[in-house]
Amino acid sequence: MSNATEAEYEVAHGRPKAFYENFERKDELQHQTHYCPGCGHGIVHKMLAQAIDELGIQNRTILISPVGCSVFAYYYFDVGNVQGAHGRAPAVATAVKRSQPQSIVIGYQGDGDLAAIGSAEILHAANRGENITVIFVNNAIYSMTGGQVAPTTLLGQRSTTTPNGRSAANEGYPLHVSELLATLEAPVYIERVGLGDNRQVAQAQHAVRRAVENQVRGLGFSLVEVLSPCPTIWKMSPVEAQHWVREVMEKTFPLGAFRDRTKDAPAKAAPPAAPALEDISRILGVADEGAVEEIDAEAKGAVDLQVRVAGFGGQGVLLLGEVLAEAGLHAGLQVSWLPSYGPEMRSGTSNCHVRLAREPIDSPLVVHPDVLVAMNEPSLHKFCASVPPGGWILYNGETVPAECERKDLHILARPFTHVADELGDGRAGNMVILGALLEATPILPQASVDAALGQLVKNPRWLALDERALARGRELLRESLQGVCHDG
Amino acid sequence: MTDAGKRDRGLLRVDQDECKGCGLCIEACPPHVIQMMERLNHYGYRTAVYAGAGCTGCGICFMVCPEPGAITVLRLTNRPAGRFDSEAEGAKRCAGN
Ligand SMILES: Cc1ncc(C[n+]2csc(CCOP(=O)(O)OP(=O)(O)O)c2C)c(N)n1
Ligand code: SF4
Ligand code: SF4
Ligand code: SF4
Repeated sequence: MSNATEAEYEVAHGRPKAFYENFERKDELQHQTHYCPGCGHGIVHKMLAQAIDELGIQNRTILISPVGCSVFAYYYFDVGNVQGAHGRAPAVATAVKRSQPQSIVIGYQGDGDLAAIGSAEILHAANRGENITVIFVNNAIYSMTGGQVAPTTLLGQRSTTTPNGRSAANEGYPLHVSELLATLEAPVYIERVGLGDNRQVAQAQHAVRRAVENQVRGLGFSLVEVLSPCPTIWKMSPVEAQHWVREVMEKTFPLGAFRDRTKDAPAKAAPPAAPALEDISRILGVADEGAVEEIDAEAKGAVDLQVRVAGFGGQGVLLLGEVLAEAGLHAGLQVSWLPSYGPEMRSGTSNCHVRLAREPIDSPLVVHPDVLVAMNEPSLHKFCASVPPGGWILYNGETVPAECERKDLHILARPFTHVADELGDGRAGNMVILGALLEATPILPQASVDAALGQLVKNPRWLALDERALARGRELLRESLQGVCHDG
Repeated sequence: MTDAGKRDRGLLRVDQDECKGCGLCIEACPPHVIQMMERLNHYGYRTAVYAGAGCTGCGICFMVCPEPGAITVLRLTNRPAGRFDSEAEGAKRCAGN
């Protein structure tokens, strides 16, 4: 065809602009996708890109890519991109949409991603009526991993994990995601389309566009399920796979709109924008990072204090650790506080890991504590061997059991609960121990401890008691240094 | 030639480097004016190619093609050549068709 003739024609259907000019995933063939010949993902990508072009939303679209064959969608779409963990696209999309309400957030998921590992995320995002668009590519199999059964695999369909064909008795029935989600109140638009022939493709293109447009109009949750060929795993030619969508797959998954309130749904008011970063500490009521107390000049050296506090639930184990960590924060240190307790809500054992350091903390786990606070004997037994030589054990008891005796570290064993009892309430035993701990490891200025306590203990009567308890704990430790402790 | 009546309404371009030879466009084309080339392209695929006449410009081959830009469908403008500012202008006018 001569140029003179071609000049009488103009492009009516060409490469959508929402695609990158070059796909930089690999060095050559930068205009080609990684999809197999005849793959439905490529077709759906094109529909989506076309819809983005037509709606003029490229510069405010954020695509959430899944795990699966379409994991690389972010290499193709020239929009904002986030790649989510397997099945989590709806949760990621929720976060993105809520924090950037003006953006158009499109979750793209396969059937393994959406209907298996991610079934909870999609259900709740739909149920909350998130104003997002979900493109659900159902090819009835886990393709990327080589063809294992999916929740959407047809009865009788062979896969590497159902070599004799899926049976309802063993793997259950194919999951009808669109029908299931259409039982919920909130969704605005749910339609299943197919890529089985020209008519279906035209309808699919229409539905994809509508699902995106609904979001632009602020209507709410829209999902399009696309029955999509996977010639490679189905072991068919692309044309056979297309026919299989129409002639076989569609029998299990009928096409059609299961929910359509596009016409009458009112536009939702955009949720209030997320607060500015600098306002967050005020909203949460935590001390502003700028207002930290300068730590004692003499204590300016390296700090890396690792504490393990253990006892029974109800002994104030977690609060002890929290006051310590909060005081560290106030003193401008890096801190971590990691509670760890069993499934029991009451009683049961409870312990926490606390670290205070000048340098950023690599892990909040404390395996070898410099200070072990054992609020009872079982805790002492459990952890006494974990304290390295030169460390401290603060034990809430009169005498250390023989198995836990160690000559290579400092042990202070006192009935701290009784001491607190004498002060007014045995429950302040944790603060007596904390007083001893602060005295044994002179890192934190008293002002930081006071500030932390004031922040965490709101009741004035308790605050006063805790302050007395702290002071008493410091005294006990000082007294002990005059002879009682075992020094390595 | 300014007489548009004798021209096909549509015109097909296939990017021989991008086409993966899946054949979906061939299956989809209502007037059957797309064929598969006998020889392989640089990457070892047989690729689709326009038969040279009969395209109506319907665009269905474009939609069924999984590759972003393997297919471009053009339409006759009904105006003499040389009157168009740009391809993009033309694409905009035709998008609603
Ligand atoms: C947490 C986690 N579990 C399992 C996998 C392995 N995995 C990768 S893709 C995939 C299934 C993909 O199937 P589907 O969502 O249907 O996408 P398709 O490849 O068919 O497009 C699985 C199980 C993973 N990557 N991450
Ligand atoms: S394996 Fe199937 S889903 Fe994956 S790229 Fe190939 S055809 Fe597409
Ligand atoms: S635009 Fe229509 S008629 Fe022309 S080649 Fe494509 S499918 Fe065939
Ligand atoms: S549909 Fe696209 S990739 Fe497949 S043969 Fe036609 S032009 Fe090539």
